[in-house]
Amino acid sequence: MDDLKLIVAPSPHIRDTDTTEKSTFATLIALLPVVAASVYFFGLDALRLVLLSGAAAVATEAIFQRLRKQPIRVGDGSALVTGVLLGLIVPPSLPSWMVILGAVFAIAIGKQVFGGLGQNPFNPALVGRAILTASFATAMTTWRTPFDAITAATPLALGEVSGRIPDLFFGSVAGSLGETSALAILLGGIYLFYRGYLDYRIPVGIFASVIVMSLITGQSVIFHLLAGSLLFGAIFMAVDPVTTPVTKGGRWIFGFGVGLIVMLIRTWGSYPEGVAYAILLMNAVTPLINRWTRPRIYGQGVKTSE
Amino acid sequence: MRRVRSFFGGIHPKDAKKSSSSTPIQHLSAPETLVVPLLQHAGLEAKPVVAKGDEVLKGQVIAEAHGAISAPVHSPVSGKVLAIEPRAHQSGHSITAIVIENDGNDAWVERNGHSDPIQLDAKTIIERISEAGVVGMGGAGFPTALKLVPPKGITLDYLIINGCECDPYSTSDARLLIEYPEDIILGAQLMAKASGARKIVIALAETASEAYAALKEKAGSIEIVTMPSKYPGGGEKQVIQCVTGREVPSGGMPHQVGALVQNVATAWTVARALRDGEPSISRVVTVTGGSVAQPQNLMVPMGASLEDLIQATGGFSQRPGKVVMGGAMMGGAQFDLQTPVIKTTTCVLAFSEAESRTPDATPCIKCARCVDVCPAQLLPLKLEAFGMNERFDDAREFGALDCIECGACDFICPAKRPLLQYIRFAKMEIIARDKKPS
Repeated sequence: MDDLKLIVAPSPHIRDTDTTEKSTFATLIALLPVVAASVYFFGLDALRLVLLSGAAAVATEAIFQRLRKQPIRVGDGSALVTGVLLGLIVPPSLPSWMVILGAVFAIAIGKQVFGGLGQNPFNPALVGRAILTASFATAMTTWRTPFDAITAATPLALGEVSGRIPDLFFGSVAGSLGETSALAILLGGIYLFYRGYLDYRIPVGIFASVIVMSLITGQSVIFHLLAGSLLFGAIFMAVDPVTTPVTKGGRWIFGFGVGLIVMLIRTWGSYPEGVAYAILLMNAVTPLINRWTRPRIYGQGVKTSE
Repeated sequence: MRRVRSFFGGIHPKDAKKSSSSTPIQHLSAPETLVVPLLQHAGLEAKPVVAKGDEVLKGQVIAEAHGAISAPVHSPVSGKVLAIEPRAHQSGHSITAIVIENDGNDAWVERNGHSDPIQLDAKTIIERISEAGVVGMGGAGFPTALKLVPPKGITLDYLIINGCECDPYSTSDARLLIEYPEDIILGAQLMAKASGARKIVIALAETASEAYAALKEKAGSIEIVTMPSKYPGGGEKQVIQCVTGREVPSGGMPHQVGALVQNVATAWTVARALRDGEPSISRVVTVTGGSVAQPQNLMVPMGASLEDLIQATGGFSQRPGKVVMGGAMMGGAQFDLQTPVIKTTTCVLAFSEAESRTPDATPCIKCARCVDVCPAQLLPLKLEAFGMNERFDDAREFGALDCIECGACDFICPAKRPLLQYIRFAKMEIIARDKKPS
């Protein structure tokens, strides 16, 4: 035993087996039903956009990590998630070069300039979408119906309710690739929740405030829950840990805030849809929410008989 | 059996107790030489009262308590003092130890046991506990006699005997409870009498059905409760909260909420000291881990080396990567197998090379799982960042000093960040700055 070299490291000496990679890959698995539904409804255009966006995001991340002389960590899957998410929140007919540009911006401006994974204040995929919307307003708001590919307004732009609820649930309506099928999104959400990667507080907070706001303004609750990107945003965008509060109370506030802003935009704003901006706005106030909702430290403010 | 309320946060590591919990405690015969450190407790080193070449008897005082917080040290065997010199110590520092050559005679010093020690008055009980060098044997090592005297004007409502043993791997308290229930109950009664505590509660892990069965017949008026089986259920503040519903104030002491917590092994040692007149010279140590051939609990004389323990359990079954003294969550990794067992050594873990690998840290993704598990209700990810950026005022403001260093945040972190290490750093800096006159 003379040549025994022992490792000396600080405690604890055991660690949980979960890793960041496992959580990002679980998100990718959860997105599979959504991708499948979008291919079913919109054909190969869906695959084109998701693959190009994903590839561009991963490539941009790798290039930036190289430029910043950091270890190349694209294997953690986080850039791929951003790319796939962006691909799923653009119109099906968007030109390839536009979605690539969006993915490059999402990673470069949305993530890497802040210091990479964990440092970005805003959801990178939504930053990419916001930049695309600002740059290519027409292409980003040209929607088409599934299967027959006829240009059409989204249900939210039409504001119509009657007879559309089953279509909204299964997804055969005009809209972004991934946002149309509530069923596919919910499947993914249930999987993430089951794996322990989805904190229910934010989605539930969003749904609760959308329901309350719909009732107050006398609009259809079901329509507002299923239409547009609300479900997709609530389950895949608003729960991004990096850009949302770290406290439990803060996550409730974040959820309520997103739902409230969505309904304000939908009801009184000039955009038909506001999920992306609602999440980005709440991302912006996340540091403040964290400050307001700091938990009481154990033993502080305790009165004793002394 | 009352099942108490839970506490905030906590983790559920694999308990890894099975391999060592089922077999009875084996007695390790004292090795040829023993290295007995002067520091086996919280506070100041004891002062040697023997010199090189002296003959000593088993149980003889070889070093006296020195300073306000300290404890005497006794010889675990009869024999000869070979040296008094710095040796490797569980803490990772080099600490003066009395090296004793065992003469194999097992010749005891005169023992002043008492056949019915509960008849002794409180003052005498405390004196004898102090003379026997009894310290908190759950790992903290605070001299027990000092803990038994609450400040003037304070009455203790509860004496809680902590048998939760929430650390994975450790089973020494569980085995003590199963094999020596009378001793533990006697120790508890003695400490209750000494401290004036009104009620005795023994807190067990939810899974400790065998220990419960051993205790319940003999418990009498002592209440036995079970704690939620999550780590750190055995933390002092957590046990108090679960048993009494009271929260120890930040920076405060358990007596402020009328509670006194003592570990199971401490109660056992107290009983032996008062009834049998045996000072604190041996303890039960769990020896386990992926590199240990026959994981088990050993009754070990203080001063036996890690190597002695490993050999007694069949030697290394495979090359070890890390050898830890004192539990998988809070123990210290050792570099020298000659490091001796002391009063606070609950557990010796020899991890295989595969078990010892430290994963690389990746960026924090703010998943906040550390926030969810922190029993002190802190924001570990924030404290880590403050420590890293040397923002010590912010670290203090965010409660760094309230951290109990349980390591739950490190355990749960999916990015494998050394959160606790940076929090410890911030704590040390804050305490050092407070001491420095400005």
